[in-house]
Amino acid sequence: MQPSLPTTRQTAVYVYQAPLRAWHWINAAAITVLAITGWFIANPPPSLSGEASAHFQMGYIRFFHFAAAYVFAVGFLFRLYWAFVGNRYARQLFTLPFWRRSFWAELLHELRWYAFQEREPRKYVGHNPLAHLFMVVIITVGGLVMIFTGFALYSEQTGLGSWQDRLFGWVIPLVGQSQDVRMWHHWGMWVLVVFVMLHVYTAVREDVMSRQSLISTMISGWRMFKDDRP
Amino acid sequence: MSSPISTSDTFYNHFRRHGISRRTFLNFCGVSAATLGLAPTMAGRIAHALETKPRTPVIWLHGLECTCCSESFIRSAHPLATDVILSMISLDYDDLIMASAGHQAEAILDDIRTRYRGQYILAVEGNAPFGQDGMSCFIAGRPFHEQLKEMAADCSAVVAWGSCASWGCVQAARPNPTQATPVDEIIRDKPVIKVPGCPPIAEVMTGILTYMLTFDRLPELDRQGRPKMFYGQRIHDKCYRRPHFDAGQFVERFDDEGARKGYCLYKVGCKGPTTYNACSTVRWNNGVSFPIQSGHGCIGCSEKGFWDKEGFYQHVTDTHVFGVEANADKVGLAAVGGVGAAIGAHAAYSAYRRGKQSVDQSAGAGEQTTAKATETESQD
Ligand code: HEM
Ligand code: HEM
Ligand code: SF4
Ligand code: SF4
Repeated sequence: MQPSLPTTRQTAVYVYQAPLRAWHWINAAAITVLAITGWFIANPPPSLSGEASAHFQMGYIRFFHFAAAYVFAVGFLFRLYWAFVGNRYARQLFTLPFWRRSFWAELLHELRWYAFQEREPRKYVGHNPLAHLFMVVIITVGGLVMIFTGFALYSEQTGLGSWQDRLFGWVIPLVGQSQDVRMWHHWGMWVLVVFVMLHVYTAVREDVMSRQSLISTMISGWRMFKDDRP
Repeated sequence: MSSPISTSDTFYNHFRRHGISRRTFLNFCGVSAATLGLAPTMAGRIAHALETKPRTPVIWLHGLECTCCSESFIRSAHPLATDVILSMISLDYDDLIMASAGHQAEAILDDIRTRYRGQYILAVEGNAPFGQDGMSCFIAGRPFHEQLKEMAADCSAVVAWGSCASWGCVQAARPNPTQATPVDEIIRDKPVIKVPGCPPIAEVMTGILTYMLTFDRLPELDRQGRPKMFYGQRIHDKCYRRPHFDAGQFVERFDDEGARKGYCLYKVGCKGPTTYNACSTVRWNNGVSFPIQSGHGCIGCSEKGFWDKEGFYQHVTDTHVFGVEANADKVGLAAVGGVGAAIGAHAAYSAYRRGKQSVDQSAGAGEQTTAKATETESQD
């Protein structure tokens, strides 16, 4: 059906608008800082000697955690806003076509592609169904869990009656007690870390192996297709 | 032994009859105002209230418990406070320290319940077991939960002493064979004031009773039903070792240099950052010390479920879900290792397949269709 010589014509679609791309990289940086500082909050570096007044190590670690936390939370709100005003691909992160059968069929196809059961992946202008599912579950739902548990913990130091307490303090008795909130927040970190590992790997792999561009798409916004077949 | 209480009797008259001097009385009012964090001028208001208000009885019930709350209570830092408070309550009904026994004692309960309907305070130490069809923990021939419900029906408010009455405590430890049930899950139609701790601090206990009796109102409670005045902050927020925490100076092992220097106990499992109690401000035994001051981390004894966290000596405690017990860091590190290895293998195989494919493509007939390719694939 196809001529043996590959055609070199490439189609391109503008997918990710600039604010979304900026959010992606800022968010990635924030999560990286949060995971590293979070790990050190739970497992502080070896004890320092000398006078207490000479150091502020945990203080700085926690400060960077909270600073990145605000970036993450404000970014999340911005991303939610952008889902309303941005293009249709901006909505994917917050909507899952749960009832569309083709979504699940395509998801299965994508899984088979990763399991080396398909010779080539399908083309997607937006996210592929597997990426889509993971992003909704882990970044949207998981991100909300981190924000709610994180601000509930934060409310413990801003005190009863602070806005953090009024908005998020109810999370503590809901989950059990403060230590439980901490542990769920801690589990959340591992879920995100594993997601990031898979996400970065698949981004690089698909960039090489699939029929479309990925990493450059998140940089320039343009999706390039490597062939013209459907 | 208790003189029959007349409704017009005031606290002050009652104290005087029990040999407490006016000087002692005023001293107590001042101490109470201070413990409750009230302005010094409030001492006068407390005195006035106690002089004029009719005496409200406090009934003290004991369920499934170890009596550490009572032991703590009778050692209140200020001896005067103990005297005064004890004369407020002990003579009415308290299994531990009342003089009467048997039917005579039970008669006091009936008497107060009928004469002070809707007015008395019900203090409960311990909880009620519902295992064995609720036929456990018998008092005067009846299971404790019956006595509790009966006395709660006519009280004005319930004070749940300690972690047992508040959360269940060790007798409710997984899988809770006796079905020990905290007070607020049994009494739902009355305000329940939780005063958790194993035991709670004496000054906290006397402070809360004094507040309720003198001002005739409930202390302000947090979301979990604990008085904000004593449970509004964590141990960590007022801990004197906090500067070492912020600096990053930790006890790594109980016999190291840091332990001798009094560094922060976070790494050896201190639960101060997740525990709401007044230990780091009020302290214990006449304000002499508290666990962290003597070199041991807080175990979180006033927090719900502290007895089931399996980790007094580690910061990252185990999580229980659906009958599975797991440690976040152990599972997390294993997952990262596993996923990392899987990614490596997947990447290597992907590269191999890609190499093979391009060899196939350049060697094979260009006519290969996608359908054919898929067939070859599944035969591999
Ligand atoms: C992707 C997001 C995040 C990750 C991966 C993350 C990770 C962590 C980890 C691992 C801990 C240590 C928990 C422990 O003690 O075992 C922690 C603590 C904490 N996090 Fe986060 N976190 C995130 C987002 C947030 C957000 C949005 C907030 C909101 C302000 C927040 C606030 C806190 C607070 C207050 C603590 C306790 C620090 C302390 O009391 O010393 N985190 N975080
Ligand atoms: C902490 C790290 C990261 C997080 C949390 C993260 C998260 C996300 C999220 C939520 C999206 C969806 C964007 C949207 O719909 O708004 C996305 C897309 C994307 N990310 Fe990341 N990302 C991270 C790091 C990276 C890195 C390091 C790369 C590059 C190697 C990368 C490449 C991409 C690409 C190519 C897409 C578009 C996927 C597609 O077109 O379907 N990401 N990422
Ligand atoms: S000893 Fe415990 S309560 Fe005190 S600063 Fe360290 S972690 Fe916090
Ligand atoms: S320091 Fe912690 S464990 Fe010790 S008595 Fe106080 S709340 Fe309980």
